[in-house]
Amino acid sequence: MDIVVCVKRVPLTEEVDLVIDEQKKGIKQDQLAFVLNDWDNYAIEEAIILKEKYGGEVVAVTVGCEDDEEVLRRSLAMGADRAIRVEANDISRFDSSGISKILARIVKDLPHDLVFTGVLADDDNGGVVGMMMAEELKLNHACMVTAIEIEDGKARTTSELEGGLGEVSLVDLPALITIQTGINEPRYVSILGIRKAAKKELKIINLADLGLSDDELSPKTIVEEVYLPPETEGAQMLTGDPDTIASNFIEILTKKGVME
Amino acid sequence: MSEIFVIVEHRLGETRDITFEMLWKAGELAQKLSQTVTAIILGHDVSSLAENISDRADKIIIFDDQRLKNFNADIQKEIIYGLIEESKPALTLIGNTSWGMEFAPCLSVKTGLPLATDCIDIIPKDDTFIAQRQMFNGKIFANVSFAKSEGCLLTIRAGVFPKDKIGDRKAEIIQKDFPAIDIPVKKSFIEFVETAAGDVDITQAELLISVGRGIGEEENISLIKEFAEALGGVVSCSRPIVDKNWLPKYLQVGTSGKSVSPKVYIAVGISGAFQHMAGTSGAGVIIAVNKDPKAPIFRTADYGIVDDLLKIVPVLKDKVLEVKKG
Repeated sequence: MDIVVCVKRVPLTEEVDLVIDEQKKGIKQDQLAFVLNDWDNYAIEEAIILKEKYGGEVVAVTVGCEDDEEVLRRSLAMGADRAIRVEANDISRFDSSGISKILARIVKDLPHDLVFTGVLADDDNGGVVGMMMAEELKLNHACMVTAIEIEDGKARTTSELEGGLGEVSLVDLPALITIQTGINEPRYVSILGIRKAAKKELKIINLADLGLSDDELSPKTIVEEVYLPPETEGAQMLTGDPDTIASNFIEILTKKGVME
Repeated sequence: MSEIFVIVEHRLGETRDITFEMLWKAGELAQKLSQTVTAIILGHDVSSLAENISDRADKIIIFDDQRLKNFNADIQKEIIYGLIEESKPALTLIGNTSWGMEFAPCLSVKTGLPLATDCIDIIPKDDTFIAQRQMFNGKIFANVSFAKSEGCLLTIRAGVFPKDKIGDRKAEIIQKDFPAIDIPVKKSFIEFVETAAGDVDITQAELLISVGRGIGEEENISLIKEFAEALGGVVSCSRPIVDKNWLPKYLQVGTSGKSVSPKVYIAVGISGAFQHMAGTSGAGVIIAVNKDPKAPIFRTADYGIVDDLLKIVPVLKDKVLEVKKG
């Protein structure tokens, strides 16, 4: 069971004040901490679980600059066998369509029974790279998957639909599957683990060597402007010392008829 | 005169709300731009679905075939591709649902048309459109334009447009035969499964105390349980808590969980991602507790408390117990 997992390094933005950059095309990143995209963390774990069961090789792939290797090293420490980074500075010049073409070009030359991506990336929240790759590569596919079983050369997948409904399908391999959070419990990675994984192969491939034309990679969607959410009236804040807050809190509950 | 395509989403014989919402937006744009609305239904035994929307579109194209009984992204992609090639619609609207997220990117590659996903508004500009969407889980908004092309694809977030009828239309119904497309069956539908069945029905609760990622550690969940007990309410949660296996799926509120309608919804340590808030629209009053004053939840909550939940929740709990005793 050879599995390729596409991963991305994204900024941590929860409980952080985001600042719009001067060009109004993105956010200032210099003060932000970066992590492996949450969905991709589950995707790597799922690949390793399947590898432990069926054997084969897990390859982690990303597109980006040297700093982005951090998420490959983490993937290696979790149990991926080798990693590939497509050297590309400033990936913001590509849209999802460009990134999916680059990744598809890499995956094409790797042995693969399964290709995983996360459902979404925590930065642009686009959610399209996986399925675009599937179409580029003419791979069978399943989306938003919360369970995978392998049976007779097929994957039995459960896709998450709305309202607590799951859709079970049987997909012929090779297939591309986008992985939803909660599918497994990603293993803990120690600093020592990451250091040990430094021995594993991390190959760098130049974008220019992939034979993709500028035309193919030119963005089809262009971010014209980003901005902070428009002001709304918002919540009425309960302020003061904790005791005052608690009294006001109870007053609301009483008014709404949920306090006897 | 150009067309706006709306891909009708339906499941188990029911037209899904997102369809009506897309038809509302398509109708509004069509009025403004003198365009027409074409709804496209793929399925089997779907004539009643067409009746549901016959006053919301100018044209309804129906593919009714046994092979379309279950959703299949590849078959849908091939059929819609054929229609787009034929009519070159200015816009094609698709739900940003699990099915839409599988099908739309494939259609984008197949047609070569640009795709913007999870859009919350569409603004006409010159002879093209600007798609408004969110990034970083709603902390940033973005206006996205499209490279020059013969139309564009947009997936639409559920719940952002009204479900109402707009304008007065009478649809011409066009039945089409399953086209001669070559699709080897590579994926087969097995069954739908209920993933959120459980002992507690949060949809019936009058008071919900809902916990999110801000709780930090699993052992802190007990604090929320005690708080709920003191209040005589029911515990629910957001997705990250279920992903971590700290609480069962049947307690999850949101798009992939349940929609709830309590008199009061107390959200503790929940940032307020739209996937979660979509499940709370029926709540009478939302009280949010979060230490991040910029958390998106304060945009939709009625009342807010900015504090560390580990500090303020015990104070609230003690006060509740004190009042109830007295």
